[in-house]
Amino acid sequence: MTATTITDATLAEQGTSLWQDAWRRLRKNRLALFGLAVLSTFIVIALVTPWIAPYAYDAQNLDLGASPPSAEHWLGTDIFGRDLLTQIMFGGRISLAVGFVATAVALVIGVTWGAVAGYMGGRVDAVMMRLVDILYALPFMIFIVLLMVVFGRNLLLLFLAIGAVEWLTMARIMRGQVQSLRQQEFVEAAISLGLSPATIVRRHLVPNALGPIIVYTTLTIPSVMLLEAFLSFLGLGVQPPATSWGLLISYGAETMEEYPWLLIFPGAALTLTLFSLNFLGDGLRDALDVRGSGD
Amino acid sequence: MSLLSVRDLQVDFTTRNGRVTAVNRIGFDVESGKITAIIGESGSGKSVACYSLLGLLPMPPASVERGTAVFNGRDLLAMTERELRQIRGRDIAMIFQDPMTCLNPYMTVGAQLVEPLIYHRKVSAKEARTRALELLTEVGLRDPESTIDQYPHQFSGGMRQRVMIAMALINEPKLLIADEPTTALDVTIQAQILALITDLQRKRDIGVIFISHDLSVVADIADEIVVMEKGHVVERGDRLRIFEQAEHPYTRKLLAAIPAGSKVPAECAREDLIQVRNLCTWFPQGKGAEPLRAVDDVSFTVQRGEVLGLVGESGSGKSTIGRSLLRLVPITSGEVLFDATDVTQLQGTALKHMRRRMQMIFQDPYASLNPRMSVYDALAEPLLLHGIESRKTVEQGVLRLMDDVGLARAFVRKYPHEFSGGQRQRIAIGRALATRPEFVVADEPVSALDVTIQAQILELMLNLGREYGLTMLFVSHDLAVVRHIADRILVLHQGRVVEQGTGEALFNAPQEEYTRQLLQAIPGRILLQ
Repeated sequence: MTATTITDATLAEQGTSLWQDAWRRLRKNRLALFGLAVLSTFIVIALVTPWIAPYAYDAQNLDLGASPPSAEHWLGTDIFGRDLLTQIMFGGRISLAVGFVATAVALVIGVTWGAVAGYMGGRVDAVMMRLVDILYALPFMIFIVLLMVVFGRNLLLLFLAIGAVEWLTMARIMRGQVQSLRQQEFVEAAISLGLSPATIVRRHLVPNALGPIIVYTTLTIPSVMLLEAFLSFLGLGVQPPATSWGLLISYGAETMEEYPWLLIFPGAALTLTLFSLNFLGDGLRDALDVRGSGD
Repeated sequence: MSLLSVRDLQVDFTTRNGRVTAVNRIGFDVESGKITAIIGESGSGKSVACYSLLGLLPMPPASVERGTAVFNGRDLLAMTERELRQIRGRDIAMIFQDPMTCLNPYMTVGAQLVEPLIYHRKVSAKEARTRALELLTEVGLRDPESTIDQYPHQFSGGMRQRVMIAMALINEPKLLIADEPTTALDVTIQAQILALITDLQRKRDIGVIFISHDLSVVADIADEIVVMEKGHVVERGDRLRIFEQAEHPYTRKLLAAIPAGSKVPAECAREDLIQVRNLCTWFPQGKGAEPLRAVDDVSFTVQRGEVLGLVGESGSGKSTIGRSLLRLVPITSGEVLFDATDVTQLQGTALKHMRRRMQMIFQDPYASLNPRMSVYDALAEPLLLHGIESRKTVEQGVLRLMDDVGLARAFVRKYPHEFSGGQRQRIAIGRALATRPEFVVADEPVSALDVTIQAQILELMLNLGREYGLTMLFVSHDLAVVRHIADRILVLHQGRVVEQGTGEALFNAPQEEYTRQLLQAIPGRILLQ
């Protein structure tokens, strides 16, 4: 039995789609809204940081050195006397950009690749998935180092490189989903209506496979952010004085006994982002599952 | 004294929306050596009532609110779980609808069979095996010596149900509860299983509760019939009394819903809409193996405006023929002429245009609708795709379709899971009719539905068929249903046409042995007299 009764199915409501219905359900989920609010705030801050940051990101104050939070420096300063709040704001620009752009790249390639392979089946599927296997087998670090050596260090390249690695798992998940979905009669019904394969994949298969994809996406974003930190740490990603959350955390971790705020604040920013992502991801998954709405 | 005497039984479920009474103060008796049939539609509480007796319901959400169930002098409902465990599988055994999901796929049949014996009677493994072999022979399993060590997937549906029955009987129970034991089986197999159950029950003098949604199934075997509706027992009585003088309107409705009689063939223009010539659809079975000849050299014609029934058991190729005609499975050879165009050769746009003219209604309305598309989306899709309605007028088109198939307009935003099976099938019919097709393949469109809903959907299809001027290929394993709706019937067996003719001719003077067997297997002879 379901609790949703649609009494006001007026004609005015006609234009709604799966996404509009999902948004209606998402609005009822407080945690998801909280996540959405936090993420939006972070993104807006990241966009306007160059104009609102209290200090210049490379402004040093060697006389001050590492100082705890104070009125002038709300979150304190690092060993070079740089304002931590400013560092976190500028670092967020890089981290969020890497997280979202690289994941978006992975999402688009992975979902398309997996859906096509799963839907076509047979030889096409075999060739496409073997390619995925081969890429899986390539040592990731060597791949990145090679890219950096050939094309030089470049932030855009970093996005692409990470995205190009992360899509592999996405493609596998998508393919599995599509393979089981396409056995169902509603796909046969769509074929007999005369829909083209592209439309069937887009309208019938992808929406039904979204649940696991969204969950995996929310897991991918944080792992991509950490990957960036790792690469930067190795000297392959962003370089000082430019910074990112991952870099701030790894420097903070080195000095956490003397200057704990250098670890706590960047860590908090990352943690808050990850929590928000998870809340939003779970909320989206439930909101997109029309069956979960009532019972 | 009765073997089992249920009095004043009430079972409630606690749901998010409050308490629901699933079984409302019912009572019935089961005698040794007799079959008591409990009849009702899905949701009538028939299974819940029986499961509650054995403590098989999940509690919570379920709770037995009141009542007694005296079995052998003791009240089952007052027993502890420990005491019940001594009864389950030993004094009271069950068989279920789907024998595949009830057998453990990783255990051999023999191992599963002896399990209850060893648990309850503490016999030696060797003794248990001997007993198991005897029973398998008794339930009519061929060559039990070798099959006892096979796994469930190596058995056919009917054979699996025999194994389930053997398993239920191995501890010599006094009461057998059979929950829709034949619903998943073909008619001929159903007839065999029904015969087996009656035979064993007489020989062993055990009481049987036979749960079914279908009155005709129990018509020949039940001694007493209990009719349930919405948790209440609305009528109970002797089999003949129920069939001859049913008192309650619901019982009469159930009886009326049983498809009976032959359709009088429609006056057709005698013009062939579809000609199928030497159609073969084979499925490759891997390297070196013979392909599975699902459809093997089948030829027939469908005349414009007629309903052609396609009858056969599972594996007869009847569904494959329908799918081959609609180009949903690749055919191996042969021609399918639709209005003189060979459908098998069409590609691209030509194929898309042809698809508009022929549509399909599927068996399982739960699987054939995209769970993420509302009724509106599902119906608007074909209308827009084929340019039948423009973006501006599509809304009216959708609402008109809903009117046609008898769905309230207010449901337009709902998703498939919010509907009952019958309503879903209406959506599916609406979707098939959206393209204004000339020809529709209906693949067992009512076999997943309750009997009364079946009658409504069949009625709807007949009416819409006339209204839209449809030609229909009606695929079913149920001869009674096909006879009710089809002008002509084709009997299929192992991928070949065995016999064809009008319903009247087939039923009264079947020419082939196989057709006679099928007719013999139809349950409910009593209803035909």
